[in-house]
Formats: sequence, C-alpha cells, structure tokens
Amino acid sequence: MNDTPILRTENLTYIYQKGTSSEVAALQDVSVEIRQGELVGVIGHTGSGKSTLIEHFNALKKGTAGRVLLDGNDIWADKSKIRAVRFRVGVCFQYPEYQLFEETVAKDIAFGPRNMGLPQDEIDRRVKEALTNVGLSEDYAEKSPFDLSGGEKRRVAIAGIMAMEPQVLVLDEPCAGLDPRGRATVLQMIADYRQKTGCTVLLVTHSMEEVAAIADRILVMNQSRVAFFDTVDNVFAHAEELQTMGLDIPQMTQLMLSLREKGYDVPVNLYTVQQVYDTIFARWKGGVHGAQ
Amino acid sequence: MSAFIELKDVSFAYELDETQRVPVLRHFNLSVEKGDFVAVLGHNGCGKSTVAKLCNAIEVPQSGTVLVNGMDTKEEENLLEIRRTVDMVFQNPDNQIVATIVEDDVAFGPENLGVEPQEIRRRVDQALKDVGMYDLRFSEPHKLSGGQKQRVAIAGIIAMQPACIVLDEPTAMLDPRGRKDVMKTVRMLNRDFGITVIYITHYMDEAAEANRVVVMHKGDILLDGTPRDVFQQDDVLKKAGLDVPQATELSLQLRRAGAPLSGKILTIDELSLQLEALLPRSAGRVES
Ligand SMILES: Nc1ncnc2c1ncn2[C@@H]1O[C@H](COP(=O)(O)OP(=O)(O)OP(=O)(O)O)[C@@H](O)[C@H]1O
Ligand SMILES: Nc1ncnc2c1ncn2[C@@H]1O[C@H](COP(=O)(O)OP(=O)(O)OP(=O)(O)O)[C@@H](O)[C@H]1O
Ligand SMILES: [Mg+2]
Ligand SMILES: [Mg+2]
Repeated sequence: MNDTPILRTENLTYIYQKGTSSEVAALQDVSVEIRQGELVGVIGHTGSGKSTLIEHFNALKKGTAGRVLLDGNDIWADKSKIRAVRFRVGVCFQYPEYQLFEETVAKDIAFGPRNMGLPQDEIDRRVKEALTNVGLSEDYAEKSPFDLSGGEKRRVAIAGIMAMEPQVLVLDEPCAGLDPRGRATVLQMIADYRQKTGCTVLLVTHSMEEVAAIADRILVMNQSRVAFFDTVDNVFAHAEELQTMGLDIPQMTQLMLSLREKGYDVPVNLYTVQQVYDTIFARWKGGVHGAQ
Repeated sequence: MSAFIELKDVSFAYELDETQRVPVLRHFNLSVEKGDFVAVLGHNGCGKSTVAKLCNAIEVPQSGTVLVNGMDTKEEENLLEIRRTVDMVFQNPDNQIVATIVEDDVAFGPENLGVEPQEIRRRVDQALKDVGMYDLRFSEPHKLSGGQKQRVAIAGIIAMQPACIVLDEPTAMLDPRGRKDVMKTVRMLNRDFGITVIYITHYMDEAAEANRVVVMHKGDILLDGTPRDVFQQDDVLKKAGLDVPQATELSLQLRRAGAPLSGKILTIDELSLQLEALLPRSAGRVES
C-alpha cells in the first residue's frame, strides 16, 4: 500500500480580489491529506470555502499562498502538466447540468475523453461504460441533453466526468435539487463507481444524513478554515460545535442523543433509520423478555 | 367563499415550436385558501415549477383558468396587480439577481412598489438580518457563494411583503442552519403577517412543517392533506420517488414489527417520547 496521500494541501490560502479594499479570504491555512481510495465528505456552512477549495484540486485556482500536491508532486511545479492534473482529478461542479452543451448525450460525455486525445474506439468504450455507471440505458446516447429531466441531466454531467476515468472524483453537491429517489440513485451510483474503480472520492454536501451514511472521513470547513477532519463518529460527536458552525448532526443521531439525555444507555453513533431500527428493536425485544 | 389562488381545470404544455409541445398538466385543479401554508412535493419534472409559474402569470394555461384573488391571469390588465400579490423565489437564484450591490437588490422590489424610502431602509435591514446576510449587505451578489445568493433572493421577497409568496426549492443550496432559518422566517411571515405560502421542496421534513401537503405525480395530484396524514402513506410516496420524514419512517417500521406506538409521528421529539414506553427502563438506563 502506497502511503503518500493522493492529494495534499499545505497551508493553502486563497484570497479573492487580492490587493483591493474588498479582499475576501476564502481559504486560510488549509492543510489536509486525502488518502488513496477513501471517500471524504466535505461539509461546511454556505460561504465556508468548500467550492473554492475544490477548484484548487484541479488547478482551476492557484493558491495565494501554500501548495497542492497530487501524488506528492506540487501541481504547479511544471505548468505544462496542468492539463494532465485536470484529467487525473475530475471535478463535477454545482449544478453541472447547466454546462451541458453538445447536441447529443454521447457527444457531451465524450467531450472530456476527446480532449484527452484518446483514440475513437477508446472514447466509444468510455462513453458506453459511463452511461452504464450512471444507470442510463444506451437509448439515451443519441438524445439531446436538453430534452432530459433535471435528474437525468445531472447523471449525464456526472457521466462526463467519469468518462475521463479520473483517479480522484470530486463532486460539489451532486444531489442538490434532486428528488429523494434521484438522490438515493446518484449516491448509490457514486458508491458503486468507487467500489468498481477504487478511485478516491470527495463529495461536498449539505446533508448530514447523506454524509454520515456514505463517507469514510468528513472534512468540516468553517469560515475558510478546517474545523475538523476525522471519522464520521468523531466528527458527529461534536454536536454543539457543529451547530454553532451552522451545521448539524444527522436526525437519527439527534434521536439517540435525546434518548441518552433521558437516561437510556443507547449508542449515539447511529446515522441511518435502519441502524436505529435494529438497535431499538433489539432493546425492545430484549427488554420485553427480560434478557440483557 | 372562493379560494385565494385557484387553478380550475388547467391544461398546460410548453410549446417549443409549431410541432413540438411538452404537455405538463391536464385538467389540473388546485385551490389555496388565503393565509394557508401549502407545501408541494413531487418527483423531478412532475410540474411543480410549472404550477408556481402559473400562479403569478409567468405562464398562462392553454385551457382552464387561473385566478389570483379573483383576477384571471389571462387578462393583460391584471398582470401588474397579480405580480404585486404573488411574489416568487425561483429555483435558481442566479436568474433573479438584478442589482450590483446586495442591499440594492433587496430594495429593488419595494422601490418598484413605491414604498417610502425610510420604510424601505427598515425592511431591507430587517430582511437581511432575517436571512443572516446583513454583514454582507455591501457585497456584489455575483461574487457570493450559491447559498449566499439564495439568501439574498429570499431577503428580497421578505422586504416585498406580498400577500402570497411562492418559494421554489428555496433551501436546495443551504446549510442546515440556513434551512432552519428559512423555515422559521417563512412560518413567521405566514403566522404573523398572514401571508399565504406555497412552498415547493424535495425535503420531506420541511413539508412536515406546512399546514397542508400537496403531492404531485406526473402532472397530477396524488395526495393532498395534512402532513400527518399524508406521511402515513409511505408506500404510495416511495412508489412516486419520494420519501417520508425519518422519524415517521422509523415509527412506521417499528409499528409494523408490532411495537405499540400511538399517533401519527412526524418529528424526532415526538418519536423520542414514544420510544420511552418501548425501551426497558431498568436494563437500558444509565446508572448515574
Ligand atoms: N468570485 C468571487 N469573488 C469574491 N468573493 C467570492 C467569489 N466567489 C466566492 N467568494 C466568497 O468566498 C467565500 C467562499 O465561497 P465558496 O463558494 O467557496 O463557499 P462554499 O462553501 O462553496 O458555499 P456554498 O455552500 O454556498 O456553495 C464566500 O464568502 C464567498 O462570498
Ligand atoms: N421552458 C420549458 N420548455 C420545455 N419544457 C419544459 C420547460 N420547463 C419545464 N419543462 C418540462 O416540463 C415538465 C415539468 O417541468 P417543471 O419544471 O414544472 O418540473 P418540476 O416538478 O419543477 O421539476 P424539478 O423538481 O426538477 O424542479 C418537465 O418534463 C420539464 O422537462
Ligand atoms: Mg459551493
Ligand atoms: Mg422545479
């Protein structure tokens, strides 16, 4: 196992409108290490710097100070390699469906791979595979992206990034605006893709329930700085601090905490309805039959 | 008494060109009483935003009638008054920012209505405080984050104080506190100012706070009732691509397993109370 973090930032700082009277420090002294193959959830209040941070990972922004390292190498060390960085770190921005522009779904998905200069048969293979990855049948390939529903467009946009087969897949609120089934489908699709390819995933979200259910570790941004970067259990053990930051803990965790406050000895590191159901069910049955 | 907003036998299709049309609503009926707080749920593409646009005459039906406070949205001369009566927060905040400074953007609506300058000042400050954007009042809107833009758009509507507000997924880009703040503000506008609210959302627990939930499916109304009643129908909702609040879901699962839980549970607090009766006191209690 390779111990070098796939992505690392060192004291990364970014200031919008540097040198004017209206400077905004969007990132301050951010040092994080993303490990090969992990799924990192990124949370933080609106304006905390999540999108700005992500734009540094594929070199769309260059830090006012500090460095970004991909596989141990400073991404800005050799400017001729910036393009290669963009192929290795695929970023799907907020509301990506507004960026669809080709006449057909297949052409839109092929845009990235074509830019990479891949041969036609490889492009075709990737388009096909990306469609499968996002759960769209081949019938969609020749449709116009503009004739699709919001949820379908979102999937096409994500497929376009997947078709570049990036080592790091970064998604900025991929489920925003989707209906509950759409959300579940997109999350499952991301989990499956990661399982299949072993790629590293960063997922920005405002849903505490989602991040708790899917992430290995959670990066919490607060006012342009890193507040926590830890396991799901350790992050959600800080209920009060999270609430002060405009965040929260998952609803099921809230339920367990309220039971604990009433004096019940229940675990609080539960996040999904299923987990809580299993626990409550076992205690209830155990209690009824006097066991335990 | 007739309703405040009434869609009567409305059929609507988007007409792309001579030959292509996208039918969305067929013989659709919905009426909203003055002062009500109605949440609208439904899968992507079911027609929620279309209904919203029909309510303030951005679109007019090809057949049937839409009445706003008795005014037909098809009559050109009603347009101004309808837009004053029903104000809207759109799904994408980029589409509705008009000024280059945050506070001017919020003042734009009331200025257009001819509100007194002093009163505008008061409303703008209050609205920006309500959404937590007062500190950024001199910023340029296009340089804000997605969630911050959304907050500015909501402040704009608060400052307008129209008789009815339609909010189309106002919290889709907000953090948990932002979502709570918007809900609190909307409830306050509804309760204290009697403003009629139509609230489109994909979050089940936000809909749970409304007085009435209308569930749309493929351009039709699938369920319509109080949140308590509607969310008991978890099977129907899931089949329609939707969900129920997590507290409701857990209570329904436990009840199906034979647990003696009473009532129609909507919130974590209600569920927590009920679980007290279920959990073994002696064995499960922490010794203090
Ligand atoms: N183009 C810009 N010019 C100046 N300031 C900006 C610009 N874009 C963003 N900012 C500011 O930088 C800060 C960080 O913004 P960013 O978009 O990274 O936040 P975010 O965490 O992604 O928020 P959200 O959850 O709302 O998407 C905010 O205070 C924002 O107002
Ligand atoms: N301007 C338009 N031109 C053509 N078709 C449109 C237009 N706007 C919406 N549609 C189509 O009309 C149908 C209903 O769209 P609408 O925007 O009302 O859905 P919605 O329920 O608001 O969905 P979402 O939850 O994704 O916002 C969809 O099939 C959509 O693709
Ligand atoms: Mg963002
Ligand atoms: Mg909509």
